Amino acid sequence: MADNITILTDTNFNEEVQGSAEPVLVDFWAEWCGPCKMISPVLEEIGREHAGKLRIGKLNVDDAPDTARQFQVMSIPTLILFKDGEPAKRLVGARGKGQLLEELSAFL
Amino acid sequence: MAEIRDVVIVGSGPSGLTAAIYTARANLHPLVLEGEPSSTSDQPGGQLMLTTEVENYPGFIDGILGPELMSNMRAQAARFGAEFRTVKATRVDFSGPPHRIYVGDEEIVAHSVIVSTGARSLLLDLPNESRLMGYGVSTCATCDGFFHRGREIAVVGGGDSALEEALFLTKFAEKVTLVHRRKELRASKIMQERAFRNPKIDFLWDSVVVDVLGEHAVEGILVRNVVTGAESTVPVSGLFVAIGHVPNTDVFRGQLDMEESGYLVTQPGSTATNVEGVFAAGDVQDHVYRQAITAAGSGCMAAIDAERWLEARGDADHDIAETPRNW
Repeated sequence: MADNITILTDTNFNEEVQGSAEPVLVDFWAEWCGPCKMISPVLEEIGREHAGKLRIGKLNVDDAPDTARQFQVMSIPTLILFKDGEPAKRLVGARGKGQLLEELSAFL
Repeated sequence: MAEIRDVVIVGSGPSGLTAAIYTARANLHPLVLEGEPSSTSDQPGGQLMLTTEVENYPGFIDGILGPELMSNMRAQAARFGAEFRTVKATRVDFSGPPHRIYVGDEEIVAHSVIVSTGARSLLLDLPNESRLMGYGVSTCATCDGFFHRGREIAVVGGGDSALEEALFLTKFAEKVTLVHRRKELRASKIMQERAFRNPKIDFLWDSVVVDVLGEHAVEGILVRNVVTGAESTVPVSGLFVAIGHVPNTDVFRGQLDMEESGYLVTQPGSTATNVEGVFAAGDVQDHVYRQAITAAGSGCMAAIDAERWLEARGDADHDIAETPRNW
């Protein structure tokens, strides 16, 4: 997995996301979710192409249910962009790279 | 001028990928425009990407997971040289052959085109339904059922997909209310039996959902009995919509003959559309059977139809299929 992709858990979430200098795009996903698997390579690409400006965090909702609940995730994939530790943008549902970049443009 | 491909396949469900396997094995070097990720069924891999266990696709004694079946088909097509691009056709010009497909400003030119863009889930078309999509409203039980552990939820619909979702959701939910506008289901007997046997599933007959309630997340639905006109509130944390499908044919409007419902019209016993060199396979032209295996079967037909059509035109020189021809 690429360097700027962090695996997030209930225990490291605060440190990794709320303590991050760069914005973090958190991908709430699970093994059993087809659309989640489809956007995974797209997120890796975005992470690579915007290294230094944006980090990608992967949060498996099976492994980190408390954090998923804390942010009221009810559908996956849900992407939440955290800026200065606070949720700044929430995208529910999979979309293509072009559309994702457009919706994230203000943060890139 | 851009390279002219022998075959471009638009869509990557069972029909598109079967067409890709066949045309790739025929050395036609197909390009598959597999679509873009989305959470509706209009996406790479098609509707099976939103399912779990597929029990009726021949060859898998114990069943296979929908997404796994699709990734196998894709890998099988890739093994024979099918080329994939994760993009969506935004416009087509079928005034050829050769025909033109556009992805934004980019032009892709092909002698023959196989249209296999499938169908996507219909929604109820209620304002609060779209507002709460992803906050309790869902068209994907496998994606979102998990978040309703121990809760009460509702499923709308009366066909096989509605019952499949309802049965799957009983793994998580305390109670599943199936809301159906008639007094009997149109689902297959085996699915009906399973649903009637399941103690967690309740049925609300002759009923339609008229509103979705909740400020930030679904808290309930407003249901109207179509016989008595009485309205009642059902408290649920989730609403799963499975009321049928609509074909993904907007991009072909004005280019290909279609029924009023949007399904493409093919010539009887063939996959040929009204346009020479354009073939249609899978759910995009089938509102009757709509099975993975029938989609795969018609994808195979489309591949053979396209190959024979290319041969008859003398355009398909299989030995040098990879050499672009320009004129």
